[in-house]
Amino acid sequence: MLTFTIRRLILAVPTLLFISLVIFLLLELAPGDPMAQVPLTVPPEVKEKMREALGLGEPLHIRYWKWLVQFFWVEPQVLFDNMFGTTFAEGKQRILSWQTRSPVMDMVAQRLPQTLWVVGMSYIVGVLIALPIGIYSAYRQYSIFDQAGTFVTMIGFSIPPFFTGPLLIMVFAVSLGWFPSVYDTTHVVNDWDSFVVQLRQMIMPVMVLALQTTAQISRFMRASMLDNLNQDYVRTARAKGLPEKMVVMVHVLRNSMIPVITAIALGVPGIFGGAIITEVVFKVNGIGDQLLNALFANDLPSVQTLTFMIAVLIVFFNLIADVLYGVLDPRIRYD
Amino acid sequence: MTEPVQKIEALRDEIEMEPPHSQWRDVWDQFRKHKGALMGGTFLLLITLGVLFGEYIWTLDPQKLDIRNKDVRPIYTVLWNSDAKVQWAHPLGTDNLGRDALANMIVGGRTSMAVGWVAMIIALSIGTTIGVLAGYFRKLDGPLMRLTDLVLSLPILPLLLVAVTLFREQLRGALGPETGMFILIVGVVGVTSWMQTARIVRSEVLALKEREFILAARSIGTRPGAIIRRHLLPNVISPIMVSATLGLATAIITESALSFLGVGFPPDFPTWGKMLADAVPRMDQYPERVVLPGMAISLTVLSVNYLGDGLRDALDPRIRGR
Repeated sequence: MLTFTIRRLILAVPTLLFISLVIFLLLELAPGDPMAQVPLTVPPEVKEKMREALGLGEPLHIRYWKWLVQFFWVEPQVLFDNMFGTTFAEGKQRILSWQTRSPVMDMVAQRLPQTLWVVGMSYIVGVLIALPIGIYSAYRQYSIFDQAGTFVTMIGFSIPPFFTGPLLIMVFAVSLGWFPSVYDTTHVVNDWDSFVVQLRQMIMPVMVLALQTTAQISRFMRASMLDNLNQDYVRTARAKGLPEKMVVMVHVLRNSMIPVITAIALGVPGIFGGAIITEVVFKVNGIGDQLLNALFANDLPSVQTLTFMIAVLIVFFNLIADVLYGVLDPRIRYD
Repeated sequence: MTEPVQKIEALRDEIEMEPPHSQWRDVWDQFRKHKGALMGGTFLLLITLGVLFGEYIWTLDPQKLDIRNKDVRPIYTVLWNSDAKVQWAHPLGTDNLGRDALANMIVGGRTSMAVGWVAMIIALSIGTTIGVLAGYFRKLDGPLMRLTDLVLSLPILPLLLVAVTLFREQLRGALGPETGMFILIVGVVGVTSWMQTARIVRSEVLALKEREFILAARSIGTRPGAIIRRHLLPNVISPIMVSATLGLATAIITESALSFLGVGFPPDFPTWGKMLADAVPRMDQYPERVVLPGMAISLTVLSVNYLGDGLRDALDPRIRGR
């Protein structure tokens, strides 16, 4: 099992390098000029100096290498320093945003909790709703419940979040006034009342994201249960007189969960991408919002770092999915 | 002298045997049984015809400003609000500059559908090519599938945003605002959504390659190109058709998402996603401007998804005939 994990870990390194190269080259080829906003009265030699101060003077491969070092070596040190009060990263060059001239990672650290709260909660809620639906629709295939479940998942697949979001705002925030339409990120939870406020402002963004998760995971759960329900071991379990609840909830469910758990792990990064839209709709200032702002401001270091962070998340969760699959299904390990 | 063969009464068929069906007749018979797919297909056909030929029936110019008749509500608003400003001349109302909503929906739908179809075709061509090559030529399998895995782990939506924002000006300058944007969006959506098709086609080709008819074709000296064209591609057409429907749905949603985030087509060029995004700030007063384009996107995608579901059932010989 350890060698399996280590092999997967080593395979992740070239993947990450490839992705970082793609992102770097994409931004490099892009025609945007960070000096475009500087007034025309500034003489060209001064502009050249400014360009160098932004780190643009050096050739391509050196900048790529520097960015890699900053991302993989300096920034982890900063994180370590913050956690344990050491001074490893002191005086080292960090990735600076062109927009605010402050380290990109500091802003990410401020904004990431909002994204994680909303996205994480919605994912958990979505999965918790999806699993029972999937199990029951498979157990009673072609029943009314199954048909309704299929219809709801089809709707979940088809209605994009930028439509469900405004729709929910219109119904629940504007007409009924139950929930606030804007997510207040400065809100501090310190007692029961503020917790209720937090809960109320989270319900709508979480529901929007959870609808999509539910659609995907419940489809998957249903298919996986259907595969297992006709297997011989299920007939054996029934034949030896186990109660039906035991057969379905223990024997079938455990075996069906193997692909579902990997699907759950694989779905996490996709949710981060989808969260960009939800963050815009509900005005959550998470990292998706930060990415959009940086893009419109032509702030290339921020864009680079944020895109790559999402890529790292994807690779990381792919890895988790792989390892989980190995843990749950011994047949995979010995490939 | 041999006696003529006697017909054995017990073996005689009760019912006359039907003449054999062609494969596509069977597929159609199965497809017809799936009500959702049939409805989805019909709806998709209607909406396609609507956006293609709608402007010949509803001849109002979508860009015509008519400031006197601005903010007209859709005709059905009268049902619950009898003082609402409605006109039969604008059955779906007008926007804040007096542009007719129905005409805009038709033109916007044409853009959305065109983007969806072209992006889907690009993704399918790339995916099928890579899938067939990887499945048929063993040497190419490793590198091509590694590439597919790598592209699968790219963060697609952020990269789309980055590509569209950064290359927008250049392409607009070179090809004009509308064509440039169309090519850019279609290109990036197509280039980033071929991976599932490639994987499915590869696995089908891998299985087909071991079958006897391929061996027969190879043994009479058929070249690889001819084998792929004549024997492999017709046999992988069904998974390709299913992933085509999925690709169409994804492409329509992605284009609308880009328009919604404000990196889509230029402002005077309506698409459904753009109309929705523009209407969000005033949706408490004019909810229909959000609902109508949103419904159009959702219903189109829903019908495409149902169509794909039905196609999958109809094209799968194990399910067909049950």
